[in-house]
Amino acid sequence: MAQHIVTPKTYLQVFAALMVLTATTVGVAFIDWGALNTVIALVIAVTKAILVVLIFMHVRYSSQLTRIVIGGGVCWLLLLIALTLSDYLTRGWQAVMGW
Amino acid sequence: MPTRHRRLTLAEHSATAHQFDDMAQQYEAGQLGMWVFLMTEIMFFGGMIIAYIVYRGAYPQSFAAGSHHLDLTLGTINTVVLIGSSLTMAMAVYAAQMGQRRTLVMYLLVTLGLGLIFLSIKAVEYASKFESQLVPGPRFHFEGDHGEHAELFFSLYFVMTGMHALHMVIGMGLMIVFAWQAWRGRFSATSNAPIEFMGLYWHFVDIVWIFLFPLLYLLGRH
Amino acid sequence: METSTVEPREHYLNVNYGVRSWLLTKDHKRIALLYLASLTFFFFLGGLFAVLIRLELMTPAGDLMQAETYNKMFTMHGVIMIFFFLIPSIPAVLGNFLVPIMIGARDMAFPRLNLLSWYIYIVGGTLTMIAVVAGGVDTGWTFYTPYSSTYANSNVVLAGLGIFVTGFSSILTGLNILVTVHTMRAPGMTWSRLPLFIWSHYATSIMMILGTPVVAITIVLVAVERFFRIGIFDPNLGGDPVLFQHLFWFYSHPAVYIMILPAMGVISELIACFSRKAIFGYHFVAFSSIAIAVLGFFVWGHHMFVSSQSVYASLVFSILSFLVAIPSAIKVFNWLSTLYKGSISYATPMIYAMGFIGLFTIGGLTGLFLATLAIDVHVHDTYFVVAHFHYIMVGGAIMGYLGGIHFWWPKITGRLYPEFWGRLSAMIIFIGFNLTFYPQFLLGYMGMPRRYHVYPDEWQVLNVMSTAGASVLGIGYLIPMIYLIWSMRYGKPAGSNHWGAKGLEWETTSPPPTDNFAVTPVVTEEAYAYAPQEAHIG
Repeated sequence: MAQHIVTPKTYLQVFAALMVLTATTVGVAFIDWGALNTVIALVIAVTKAILVVLIFMHVRYSSQLTRIVIGGGVCWLLLLIALTLSDYLTRGWQAVMGW
Repeated sequence: MPTRHRRLTLAEHSATAHQFDDMAQQYEAGQLGMWVFLMTEIMFFGGMIIAYIVYRGAYPQSFAAGSHHLDLTLGTINTVVLIGSSLTMAMAVYAAQMGQRRTLVMYLLVTLGLGLIFLSIKAVEYASKFESQLVPGPRFHFEGDHGEHAELFFSLYFVMTGMHALHMVIGMGLMIVFAWQAWRGRFSATSNAPIEFMGLYWHFVDIVWIFLFPLLYLLGRH
Repeated sequence: METSTVEPREHYLNVNYGVRSWLLTKDHKRIALLYLASLTFFFFLGGLFAVLIRLELMTPAGDLMQAETYNKMFTMHGVIMIFFFLIPSIPAVLGNFLVPIMIGARDMAFPRLNLLSWYIYIVGGTLTMIAVVAGGVDTGWTFYTPYSSTYANSNVVLAGLGIFVTGFSSILTGLNILVTVHTMRAPGMTWSRLPLFIWSHYATSIMMILGTPVVAITIVLVAVERFFRIGIFDPNLGGDPVLFQHLFWFYSHPAVYIMILPAMGVISELIACFSRKAIFGYHFVAFSSIAIAVLGFFVWGHHMFVSSQSVYASLVFSILSFLVAIPSAIKVFNWLSTLYKGSISYATPMIYAMGFIGLFTIGGLTGLFLATLAIDVHVHDTYFVVAHFHYIMVGGAIMGYLGGIHFWWPKITGRLYPEFWGRLSAMIIFIGFNLTFYPQFLLGYMGMPRRYHVYPDEWQVLNVMSTAGASVLGIGYLIPMIYLIWSMRYGKPAGSNHWGAKGLEWETTSPPPTDNFAVTPVVTEEAYAYAPQEAHIG
């Protein structure tokens, strides 16, 4: 099966990037930026995940179908989260007066 | 034809399975199958993630207080160890693609070793939680401020990291089998799909931890 | 040997004999029959609980059993029928048998996983039966918390474990079908030439794959809560019982589409064959299957309108629930348009198909009543809901299943069932079904709650009608059991294309050889390419 072969050098570069990102996320946790802390932590985690998916898991060189499958799975997780939260976030809303 | 049960020969291992027309189709099916399976895993962990999101949103202070009781050093070491094991797994796949049998086995064993280190550190953490009475259940007792709903935090901590650890154990079991098969010469430069698919699974386990680590360990550190 | 010229010498049934050749088979056709046998067992077990329910409900008083026992009856009926019959039924039997053949492949992509999925199903079923024997579960098949997680004294974890395990069977079946359809289509079998049966199974597989894991983790959480009292669904400890409902219904609503979509695929095949016409609007029907699979995940909150879910979220779920009815309606209109000016014949499968269209339409329309927030507030947890879903599940899914079994029976066994008895039982089932469940719409609308073993005297007449109907329905289900088994030995040999239908499965022998085709077929014509003069067009 012909697939693009990723070199050890690339793997090591990605590993180094993942280490930097890990150090960053730990470091940032000690600074109080309020709600931004969570956002930054998630952005870093997503970046790390993307690196692992694209390079370690070879998705950069994979078929369109593979990408659609991954996209579908991620979207479905987001769907579960979003629609469930649509209940929790709106429970406290006051009814519109006069309706 | 009578069914015979014996170890398959090398040639049979690398031959195309009879339902497929050729190796390319077999590889395509295997790869798609593994990715579809990983999507089921996303949804499986997803159920725990939405539970986490809901309760963290409801009890931010309890969650921060609970998170503070986790050992950040051990958690960070584990993160480095697991990402390292992803690196060595990727190297194993490369060795397989290059037809380097001994290197392949070596990297699989190193990955296994790093996995064992991860699980050992996790065991140490769990033991320490048990001693500090932070395991949910009748013996649970939280010391410190804002701990009204800390038990909920620790419930999610144990379920999420426990489920993750279970997936690691399963992966490591498979890895032992593949390491042994690799040693016996089952894989070659032209026939190594199982190693690659094993890699996909292992990287996924790594990605789950990449999210669990900040969600569980990095709250309330400031 | 036999005198008929049509049964092939060697085929998948006689290629080898013995228990091991069946229990260790990798042939998707044999695995389908393994499923058929075990599913039939669970169907009658679930039916037994239904009999007990209907017996109790013949009288207004709770005189047959205590309330707690009655709770176990409807729980076990629901659990067994849904998880161990309806969800696997068509995909595991007809899907397993037909998917590779319809696309021109030798087997599924992963034959060993296919066999494993049957064994997983058996393990899950055994665990659940142990739960039944050990005293049953009384939480309702929906396992709502905090009753199931904290207060119930019945075998929740054991039954939950059985369902958890069987969920993996479902996931593996879906995975196998999805990968097979993507990677193993024969030359010339483009997506646009696939039978609609395949499209509906493909869509069903998507739902199995994306939904089942969520109910799996939910069951795990309930079990953990029961063992460790962790509070995740317990209000006393800060948990929210409604979170369970979100997680449960995220799967269980798509699950109902998992139960109906394969039946819709069957109906498309039956309508086309017995009208001698291509399905009208092929692409609309194909894409509507995908639309149902996708939209089906957006509507779960309509089960929670009265559970203290935010009214704003309920609004959104209500609108989305109306939207999901559209693709189903598209299918019904396209089937009707197919019938129009078709050359129609009334073999047994067609009777089931016609019954399906009418009963599914009623079930679907009453679903819209339930999607309407203001109405649901009144009929939630009444027999209106019970009638609605039985019209879809029994009037729809099971009639689709039986129609498919009869249609492909000649292909699967190489034998013909007796047509007279086939048509007779189809009619008995149709009559018995309506007598059982139509009164339940009336009862529910008048306010009779579900899951109660007692009711006010004035509702007894309708309840007795319903029980009488159930007896007729039961007879209707028993008759095919007899003649189908009879036909395996004494039925007339079928020939490769008894119905004169289009589709790759009809171009191989009945029964097919182990590898399905002597030579891999090359597809050159569109799906349902019936000759124009066969239908009464113009």
